Amino acid sequence: MLEFLSRLFGRDSGSKNVAKERLRLVLVHDRSSISPQLLETLKAEMIQVISNYMDIDEQGLEVSLDSTGGNSVALVANIPVRGMKRKV
Amino acid sequence: MGEIIVITSGKGGVGKTTTTANIGVGLAVMGHKVALVDTDIGLRNLDVVLGLENRIVYDLVDVTSGNCRLRQALIRDKKLEGLHLLPAAQTKDKTAVGPEQMRELCAELKKEFDYTIIDCPAGIEQGFRNAIAGAEKAVVVTTPEVSAVRDADRIIGLLEAVELREPKLIINRIRPKMVRQGDMMGIDDIIDILAVDLLGVIPEDEMIVITTNRGEAVVMDQNSRSGQAYRNIVRRLTGEEVPVLDFDEAEGFFKRFKKLLGIK
Repeated sequence: MLEFLSRLFGRDSGSKNVAKERLRLVLVHDRSSISPQLLETLKAEMIQVISNYMDIDEQGLEVSLDSTGGNSVALVANIPVRGMKRKV
Repeated sequence: MGEIIVITSGKGGVGKTTTTANIGVGLAVMGHKVALVDTDIGLRNLDVVLGLENRIVYDLVDVTSGNCRLRQALIRDKKLEGLHLLPAAQTKDKTAVGPEQMRELCAELKKEFDYTIIDCPAGIEQGFRNAIAGAEKAVVVTTPEVSAVRDADRIIGLLEAVELREPKLIINRIRPKMVRQGDMMGIDDIIDILAVDLLGVIPEDEMIVITTNRGEAVVMDQNSRSGQAYRNIVRRLTGEEVPVLDFDEAEGFFKRFKKLLGIK
């Protein structure tokens, strides 16, 4: 019965959407010529720069490429801040 | 002067050879003079798909290395007068073919044939480079899977890098029922992601297996949906405007209603 109802009203969480989302993400990386190593280097340098101003959680720092819909790419960085450094 | 079209995909097993054979047969049925070239050296397949495996004397490597003339290596189809196959070599050294030889070969074929269709090997290595070297247009075949679409995207990038711009896409093995249920990427999803023009859509169809078993092309089968889909693709290649098959409609209202109720 449940199957009949879901067929009648159409499922909105089919595996198609999962496939599409995974494909989008993998293509963001394929299309950009940014290698994982380059991303690691970028991450290390960001830590260096930001540490001059803030006390950040280096383990929790995440840097990744994402698609923002359409064909544009976004560099997304999630940087947990533990506290501000006092001005000297 | 004819057209040189390469059929490519990146990923293996998505239907390049089947598509090459069906487009070739379809064009020949319309009365065009067609040459099909199998460039998958070492993994020759187009001959068996066309049912011409017993007629091979010379092959692509024989032609490019000067062992025979092009005319000697071209195999005439059993039924269709305009259809010819240049088979790939199965055992010879594949370094005997390079981009320059392929360009020369295509220039020669172009003089004699209305359409030269090149079946490209899977991958993006030398075989791919050779296959696209002499081509003027490209058709990319994909299936509604993450891996195949990803590879198609890579191939489209590589084609554009060598000035084979605006490749056309064929989506193969689509299952309309699964698309409706939200469990398979549909035409719009794939076109949206790849941002290329659609040449056609082939539904998953048992008739493809049956006809290929016999060494025939499904495009000759008047009753199957895949045959109709290939005929439409051939017409579009020759410049005709043909709408994409509506698989829902082809299935009929009653059948859909029964499916809705869960009766097979």
